[in-house]
Parts: sequence; structure tokens; C-alpha cells
Amino acid sequence: MQFDKPATTNPIDQLKVVGQPIHRIDGELKTTGRAMYAYEWHDANLPYVYGYPVGAAIAKGRITAMDVSAAKRAPGVLAVVTTLDVGRREKGKFNTVNLFGGDEIQHYHQAIAVVVAETFEQARAAAGLVKVEYAEERGAFDLREAMAGAAKPDDSQEPDTAVGNFEAAFKAAAVTLEQSYETPDQSHAMMEPHASLAAWNGEELTVWTSSQMIDWWRSDLATTLGVDKEKIHLMSPFIGGGFGGKLFLRSDAVLAAFGAKAASRPVKVALPRPFIMNNTTHRPATIQRIRIGAGRDGRITAIAHESWSGDQPGGQLETAASQTRLLYAGADRMTAMRLATLHLPEGNAMRAPGEAPGLMALEIAMDEMAEKLGMDPIEFRIVNDTQVDPEKPERPFSHRDLVGCLKLGADRFGWSGRERPGARREGNWMIGMGVAAAFRNNLVLPSGARVRLDSQGVVTVETDMTDIGTGSYTIIAQTAAEMMGIGMNKVAVHLGDSRFPVSAGSGGQFGANSSTSGVYAACVKLREAVAAKLGFNSADVVFENGEVRSGNRSVPLAEAAGADGLVGEDKIEWGDLTKTHQQSTFGAHFVEVGVDIATGESRIRRMLAVCAAGRILNPITARSQVIGAMTMGAGGALSEELAVDTRRGFFVNHDLAGYEVAVHADIPHQDVIFMDETDPMSSPMKAKGVGELGLCGVSAAIANAIYNASGVRVRHYPITLDKLIGGLPQLADMSDAYRSRA
Amino acid sequence: MNHTTKVSFTVNGASRDLDLDNRTTLLDALREHLHLTGTKKGCDHGQCGACTVMVDGRRVNSCLTLAVMHEGDRIATIEGLGEPGNLHPMQAAFVKHDGFQCGYCTPGQICSSVAVLEEIRANIPSHVTGDLTTQTQITEAEIRERMSGNLCRCGAYSNIVDAIVEVAGTKA
Repeated sequence: MQFDKPATTNPIDQLKVVGQPIHRIDGELKTTGRAMYAYEWHDANLPYVYGYPVGAAIAKGRITAMDVSAAKRAPGVLAVVTTLDVGRREKGKFNTVNLFGGDEIQHYHQAIAVVVAETFEQARAAAGLVKVEYAEERGAFDLREAMAGAAKPDDSQEPDTAVGNFEAAFKAAAVTLEQSYETPDQSHAMMEPHASLAAWNGEELTVWTSSQMIDWWRSDLATTLGVDKEKIHLMSPFIGGGFGGKLFLRSDAVLAAFGAKAASRPVKVALPRPFIMNNTTHRPATIQRIRIGAGRDGRITAIAHESWSGDQPGGQLETAASQTRLLYAGADRMTAMRLATLHLPEGNAMRAPGEAPGLMALEIAMDEMAEKLGMDPIEFRIVNDTQVDPEKPERPFSHRDLVGCLKLGADRFGWSGRERPGARREGNWMIGMGVAAAFRNNLVLPSGARVRLDSQGVVTVETDMTDIGTGSYTIIAQTAAEMMGIGMNKVAVHLGDSRFPVSAGSGGQFGANSSTSGVYAACVKLREAVAAKLGFNSADVVFENGEVRSGNRSVPLAEAAGADGLVGEDKIEWGDLTKTHQQSTFGAHFVEVGVDIATGESRIRRMLAVCAAGRILNPITARSQVIGAMTMGAGGALSEELAVDTRRGFFVNHDLAGYEVAVHADIPHQDVIFMDETDPMSSPMKAKGVGELGLCGVSAAIANAIYNASGVRVRHYPITLDKLIGGLPQLADMSDAYRSRA
Repeated sequence: MNHTTKVSFTVNGASRDLDLDNRTTLLDALREHLHLTGTKKGCDHGQCGACTVMVDGRRVNSCLTLAVMHEGDRIATIEGLGEPGNLHPMQAAFVKHDGFQCGYCTPGQICSSVAVLEEIRANIPSHVTGDLTTQTQITEAEIRERMSGNLCRCGAYSNIVDAIVEVAGTKA
């Protein structure tokens, strides 16, 4: 099905099932421990053994020798496969650096061997016996040092944009802001480590893995192994979180496959937690410079956003300036992004790549500019709203309700009670409120599905779509139930299997909208098949209450299916509506914090997100996506930072004790409001994504709240107490505060 | 030299006899030897809480304790709390309040939740407990503090607290 015209009324609009607050259909499996993740597959026909990885101990250079003799002699060891054994491999299309193979070391903890043994304990112990000699080379690991040599990437990454004459307009502006901001390297830190179980049967390879994108993995695994893609069967029905870290093939699958071949046994490999942060990808750090010029009326006349990030040779930008092309009005504008070569582990997509770090900077800048103008930061954003692409005014947004989000949120949050910076105290707590806009583009990808109707009237959906916690199982079942006029108890959903039609997969907040649109398309085909079999005119057929009806004829679906059943298969493909119309999602984040006047400790007291993201397919799972993103944004604001050892070239705090994600005690009750809207330009579902929108702007709202509480402006994340304490009130004030508390 | 040891304990009420490599954690004994994979391995060194199980009624990180140390112990895992169609009240509350997304930390969160309520009722103090001379109350602050060893990167904390409060039968 080609989606090239705005959606009109269709069966989804009935909203009998879609849009309803239906609990996850996989909830009982997950809460009882019965959902099986990659490392957990077992049956009598799968006599697997254990692989344990070895990682490079240098950041850059070559391996000159490896001695695996002690490892091979260790108890229980079945095979040792080294990067020298397998030699240089063709790299997967989606990988920037090699996952395994060859003597070149491109980053710390790059996989250089896998040790296979009868037990996990034996494999782990033997992995420690592998001896490696290196010829180490100098590398670049410090973004600030490498900035000067940063290059302009090729045009496909759109490094430079400009409309009008920014410099002249900025110079002429009555009020101007120029500031720099920094965001650190961040880690996905999903709870389930990357894991794969690989089993060869002759030339055929079966892999249970933890992947957001089945077809990308399958292609890149085939490339890396040098085998025919059609010989690989990949399964990933449950994924313990991804956040972008499982978009692209990772070393666990490659090591398991090589290990299994060498040991002639199925092999499973999980990346040890301390291995993950340097072996896999991360969100690259950025240094950003923002300049805003405005008239005294608060209208932006000039806006510029520049960003520097680093990556391995052949890598990509962290596109932190991109949203600034679309978020606010302003006639004269520019963005520029430059890429430095760094030999840290590969930088790549993490939840809301670009917008997440970009808005961490831009939305502080907007807060600062509002203050310079003497305006309320909400009013400043409303004044500078735009309903068209500011670079191409003839190109409208398909639907944009940022202003509605800001206004409704302000009302619900009690924004009118916000005071000037440092003015509100409760005992030793300085209290403040902050706001930020949320913005993330609505991406779509082609997505296929197959829908079977059986003689029991049960509809089974098959697609290689994944559910990484997003609720795909549930919203896909809702879509099929709505389309076929049946209850949720008559739908079965099978996901994450390369035998099923290729889907959008999970990423870029395109999964929900794209994959349900693919299921919609397949269901249209199945409806046609049912009508054709019954000799009904498909134009006036109604699917309702488990029956199909045309005029005064009515037949149960089970009967229509017959003994052989019926099948519909199709995929959604996208026309140029995303080109003629800018499709984006919007929101507003509101945060109240307390900052301890003595210690600078920041505590989040309240959080609210208001989201305008098209039709919400399931308010329960969508809300969970948003509160989860708000939680990730809290970590990003207050504690998350991969600390770079700029001498040795690696992330030092590479486990969950050193890399501090938000915990229960950090997160208050969170509120989410979805604007009641649809976007017929986006898809037949009229939905967009929320999973990344929820992260965009949260950290800046927290930063702005901390400023409002304490009067201290921090532009370098995370906002830890050492960055606040120097600017806090002097001791006399503190003793007053503690006296009043007592 | 013999590197294995015979050990017997009960898991969810059933007697289990194992002959294990001494280095085997309780977590790997459950997952790899008994195929009770509901208990998750998130970090394997006590930083995430995904492996939380009960040993003789107390919650422990099963990755931080060797299986051979548990001779005669009573071990309870997520599989023993309830099963599809017959959920423990805490499991049902997690489903109702959507206290999870990817599901990987969930068994640990649920085991911890059940234990936390018992710990508060047993008047075991936490960092946020104020008056140690009176019965500790089940408050959201107590729940958040005591649950902070169970990480959830999907960020379901707000919903998890709602689920626990409901099961506790108290409005905090």
C-alpha cells in the first residue's frame, strides 16, 4: 500500500480497540519471568556451550601476537577463536568500525577473541588467560582538543544550512545572546546485555539475539560472516531494552557464530556489563554554540546553532543543530555541524539522536534569551512559534500544536506561581520551576506484515517488527482487532523473526506508526480476501463483532476463513507527504526542582509532559514511553556522563555503578497529557511517535528549573553539585536557611 | 583438585540437588542449571538488581552469592510468586499500572517490591526513615529509597511505585 494522499475515514477511526487503554498482552509473560530473552533459549535439541569475549586493552594500534595456548589448555575449553584467526572481514553496512576480525585495533574493548567452554565459569576463566601483544599508536580522544581539526562532513549529512544573512541580522538585533553548551558522551545502558545464541546446521545459521532491527542485523551478519543472508534465521521476540544500542549488529552475534562454528556446538555469548560501554556504541558528546538575536518585542530575527562532535573515521555527526532549523521562527538563520576524528568507541544513535543533545542546549538558550528580554519563557516560545518550515515558508507543518502544549502545561503545572530566580525557599531547599519545548521529527519507514485468519476466527499477525518495551505486541494486536472487527482475545501477534515480512523495526520513534500501518495494509488485503471469498462487494463490507456483513448478509469470520484459512500480506510504503509537509511531534516539559542551599544537591519534585504527537494508539503504553523518556532525561540532566580517559582513550566508568542512570529515589510522580489530535498526513493510523519526543527537552527543563531555584546557570551537563556550589548563597544565608528549617 | 561441590536447597518449594563448579553464582545456578530464567542477569556484579531473589525470606542479589553457600536454604524466585493466569497480587499490580516496559528488570523489581513491604512491616529502617522508635510507615519515600537498588532503564519507576502502593493497601 502506497501512502501518498492524506488519510480519510478508515476502520481505525472507529477507535473501538485502537486508542483504548489496553494493558500489554505480553504483561503476564514479563511479570512472571516467562518471557524468554536471547540468552535464555533452551531445549533438549540445543546442546549449547558458552562463549566469553576478550576485548582489546588499547584504544588504537595493532595486535602483533596472540598466545592462546594457556586458554586452550584450560579445563572445559572447546575452542578459542581470535581476531587474527578470522582475519579482516567485510564490515556491516550499518557499522562504522569492525566488530571482529583482523589485527587492527580501532577502539578500547573492541572484540579480539571468543573463548568457548562447556560452562560459563570455564569460559570466563580461560578468557583471562589469552595473552596479547600490541603495537600501540597515538589516538585522539579529547573532543575539545580535536575541535580545531574538525571537518565538514559530506552533504548527505546536511552539515551547513543558511537562510538570509544571519551575521548581519544578529549584529543589528536589539537583544542578543551568545553562549556555549556541552553535553557528555552517554550510554544506552539498557538492562539486558547484548546477547546471542548461535547454532549452525551445515551452512544454515540460526541466531537468537537481542535486536531492534531484524533485517539490518541479518544483512550485516551475513556480510560479516561472508555467508548468504538467506541462510540466516534470526529471532528476537523479546528485547530487554535497546534505546538505539541494539539498532546495529553487535559483536555478541558475530562471536557466537564464529565460536559455534569452531566448537561445532551451539554457542551463546552475552557481553559482560563492564564490556558494553566501550565495546558497543554510545551517544557522542557535543560542544555547541548558540546565538540568538531578537527585537525588544521578543521576536527572533536571527538564530544560529553550531555543533561539534566526534566519531571514528567514517562515522557520522551527532546532529545536534538540526532541530533548530524547524523549531522557531526567524528570518535570518544558520546551522553548522562539524565532525572531529576521535578514536573512542563508535558513536552512534541513542534515543532521539540529534534532538536530545541539541535541545539540551537550545532550550537553555531560549530560557536565557527570555530572561534577557524580560519575557516569560513560555510567552517567548509562543511569540516565536511557526506553522511553516522557517527555511521554506511554502512548506507547512502537517500539524503543529506546540503552543497548545505550552499553554495547557502552564495551566496544569501552576506555572503562574513561578518566582524570580532564587526567590522561593522551603527550609534548606531553594525551589524553582523550568520549562522546555519538546520537538522530534516524525520519521517513517516501509513496514510489512502478514495476517492469517484461521477456522477458529483467530487472526495471527506475523511481522519482523520488534517490541523493545515500547508496546509493539499490544498496539499491533489492537490494529488487527480494529481492522478485522474482532476482540483482542482473537488476535495473536508473532514478532521478531526473520521468516516474517520485513518491518520498520524499532528506532527513531518510527516503529509504532510505521509497523501498525504495515499491519493496517495487510489487514486491508485480508479484508479483500474475505470479501472475495464470500462474493461480497468489498466496498460496502463491514467487519464487526467477529462477523463480516454486506447488506443483509452476515457470515462469521471463522466460517469465512474455512478449513484452509485466508491470508493477507502487504507493506506500507510512503509517498512524498513528508516532503510536501514537515511532519514533527511537539511537546512541553515542566519540572519543579529543589536545590539544597548548602550542598547544591538537586532533587526533582514534580514533572509534567504535554505531548502533541498525532493519534495515541494506546494511552497506557504511550504514557509509559513518555515517563520513561522523562526519567532518562533526568539522568541526562543530573548524573549521566561517560568519563573519558583522554590519555588511554576509553570510557572509565564502564558499568552501572560508575555510569549513573536515574534510580527510584530520583524520580517523583510523573504526569503526562496527550493532546487530542490526529495527523492524517502521517499515516492511515494518523499517529506519530512519542518514544523519543518524551526525552527531547526534559534535561533542559531541569536545567532551567535549577537556574530558577538557585540563580546558578550551568551549561555543561550533567548538572552535578560541584558545578552549582560555587554560585550558591554565602554561609550567612545558609545558616539562616537552616535556622528557619529548625 | 575437585572444583565442584554438591549442594541442595529448595527453589519455590521444590527440593533441588546440584553438583556445581564452586564459582557458580546462585544466579547462574538458577538460570543455567535449573533453567529458571525469570531471574535476570543485568550486570553480574550487584549494581542493577535484576537478579533479585528471596533467600529464606530476605531479598538478595543472586549474582553476588555463590550457589554452594546456600546448602539447605529456601530460595524463592519470580516463577514461584505466580504464573500466567494466576498472578501474585504484585505481578497483577505491575500489569495494571504498566510498571515495566522491556520486562528485563521486572522480575527483580517485583521480588524486591514484595520484600520491601515485608521489610517495612518488620520495622527495618532505611536511609529515609525518620523516627526509629515508632513503627515505620509505608510511604512513597520509603518505597523509592528501598527500591533504588533495582534499576529500570525504561524508566517505569513512577508506575512501579503506584503498583507497590496499591498492593500495600495504603495511600501514601
